[in-house]
Amino acid sequence: MIRKEHSPPQATLQKSPTGIQGFDEITAGGLPAGRPTLVCGSAGCGKTLFGIEFLVRGATLYNEPGVFMSFEETNEEIIKNVESLGFDLEDLIKNKKIALDHVHIERSEIEETGEYDLEGLFIRLGYAIDSIGAKRVVLDTIESLFAGLPNQLILRAELRRLFRWLKVKGVTAIITGERGDETLTRQGLEEYVSDCVIVLDHRVNEQTSTRRLRVVKYRGSIHGTNEYPFLIDETGFSVLPITSLGLEHIVSDERISSGITELDKMLEGKGYFRGSTVLVSGTAGVGKTSVAAHFAEAACKRGERVLYFCFEESPNQLMRNMRSIGIKLDQWVGKGLLQFQATRPTFYGLEMHLAVTHKAVNAFKPEIVIMDPINTFILGDKENEVKTMLMRIVDFLKGNQITALFTSLTSTESALESSDVGISSLIDTWLLLRDIELNGERNRGMYVLKSRGMANSNQIREFILTDNGVKLREVYIGASGVLTGSARVAQEAHENAALLRRKHDIERRKRELEQKRKVMESRVAALHAEFRSEESEALKNIETEQDTINLQERDKIEMAVSRKSIMEKRKPKKHIKL
Amino acid sequence: MNEKSDVKTLKRKPSGPNDDKWVLRLYVAGQSPKALTAFANLKKICEEQLEGKYSIEVIDLLINPQLGNEDQILALPTLVRKLPVPVRKIIGDLSDTERVLVGLDLLHVG
Repeated sequence: MIRKEHSPPQATLQKSPTGIQGFDEITAGGLPAGRPTLVCGSAGCGKTLFGIEFLVRGATLYNEPGVFMSFEETNEEIIKNVESLGFDLEDLIKNKKIALDHVHIERSEIEETGEYDLEGLFIRLGYAIDSIGAKRVVLDTIESLFAGLPNQLILRAELRRLFRWLKVKGVTAIITGERGDETLTRQGLEEYVSDCVIVLDHRVNEQTSTRRLRVVKYRGSIHGTNEYPFLIDETGFSVLPITSLGLEHIVSDERISSGITELDKMLEGKGYFRGSTVLVSGTAGVGKTSVAAHFAEAACKRGERVLYFCFEESPNQLMRNMRSIGIKLDQWVGKGLLQFQATRPTFYGLEMHLAVTHKAVNAFKPEIVIMDPINTFILGDKENEVKTMLMRIVDFLKGNQITALFTSLTSTESALESSDVGISSLIDTWLLLRDIELNGERNRGMYVLKSRGMANSNQIREFILTDNGVKLREVYIGASGVLTGSARVAQEAHENAALLRRKHDIERRKRELEQKRKVMESRVAALHAEFRSEESEALKNIETEQDTINLQERDKIEMAVSRKSIMEKRKPKKHIKL
Repeated sequence: MNEKSDVKTLKRKPSGPNDDKWVLRLYVAGQSPKALTAFANLKKICEEQLEGKYSIEVIDLLINPQLGNEDQILALPTLVRKLPVPVRKIIGDLSDTERVLVGLDLLHVG
């Protein structure tokens, strides 16, 4: 998980980082440096481990050696116990980073005779601190002294002196205490250690147990006041300061494909926003997981990492089922791009689920997280708590720019638009899958109920699972509502027939027109021919006539010529006369 | 015994030839009033009850702090009966003689 940078709080109060995952965040830096802190809780809640991890992290990460003074377990037992968490105490002891001191006190061996003090304890502790130059001290569990030493007055006075002495020594100390009935600790240690009090809790609710941590008091510092779930596993302690995240997510404009082309088209043709939260809800068997698998496959194809939480199916079953619609998830698992986390919701408590989710996300660092389905959580727990948990998950994922896709099963009784777990307000894009029952058939429909920040399609599409994955088809609006399935096929055939008919009609008209044009053209040709023949005839006649005229002219001239001499001799005389 | 040298000279001073020898160890922190009282009380009791067959070792944890671990010393002063076994611990300035005798298992002896 990305750790948020905290601005250094009060310069006056020095803090000693514990190195415990998440804890330094809720306390804004760690435990008060140079002061004792009380860590209390019932048996088995992880007090000792908290102390040990504080020392080990201090020695390895912050170069602060530490003394562990145990009043219960022997050194060997402690070394053995924390081996499973990957802490090599023996090595640290050898390198003088950590000193273990087992203080054993047996009531039956001790007789009290007069005045005494616990200087011996001080000397031992002082000696241990000085021998390795310790900066950190853990006293686990100092209350055992109450069982070993009968004189409580002396003991209490000495404890008070001890805590003061620790402050003077300037060591950061953790004092563990068993939880009492009314008080935080059985012997009221909180009276003496008042700078910082942390309560660990191990609660069983509906047969599932959850560990929680709360900072009851932290003098002179801000701190988270909620109960934070924590985990103890092979890497030690981890506290989850989920609610320390706020609504300050970085927002991305990047769009990523849903893996279903037609669905992308419904979302402005681009798909989901990166870092957004997508909910796919619907009744049983409508194909929610298929939508999720498509998204996972598309992400893997882009080379992104996908973390798939399945709460109902085993990964193998899921992969087999998805193969039937042509989605081969196996290959991506092989390439390390896809990781499955399969747990029954009832396996742990809600907080634990949250913690596991955090850990898995932090370890795998995915771009996409899929949770399928989320509503199985309400089996054992209160709806309100589930909502809080999901909100935390959404917050966490958004804070890390992870796109999340949740599926949710809607029960048939409730309204489709109400998501069982009431998280609709957390969701950015909500796809609703629903059954459309019509004509004795049950078909699937899908629509985008909401999609923040984009112009999404308002259409209901028919959702079909094919050998090549999910396909979305246009649905038809008939007289009796939307048509799907065979009704749609019939309607399609009907429309196709009508279309064909119309096409034929057009063809026919075209042909007729062509014929008319041909007729017209042939007529024009005939007229042309007639005209041409008439024209040539007329021209011939004109020619003949012209010839005749010419001939007559010639004849006239010839005739005239033949009589001309006479005519011409006479003429000049006439002229003269005139 | 006002001087540290006194404390040292008392170490295993009276070692009797008896086989049931008493080995006592008194842990103190410096020359505190409680330490001095405890030593005086112890010496008195031993002289009365175990004359000639005891040895007392005084360990000052301020000088040798690491020695406290062996006998799991928390409270000071502490008297440890190393021999005869079993080990017994008596804490306090040993001013309650009767309880010291009970603690040392000496009541029936005397």
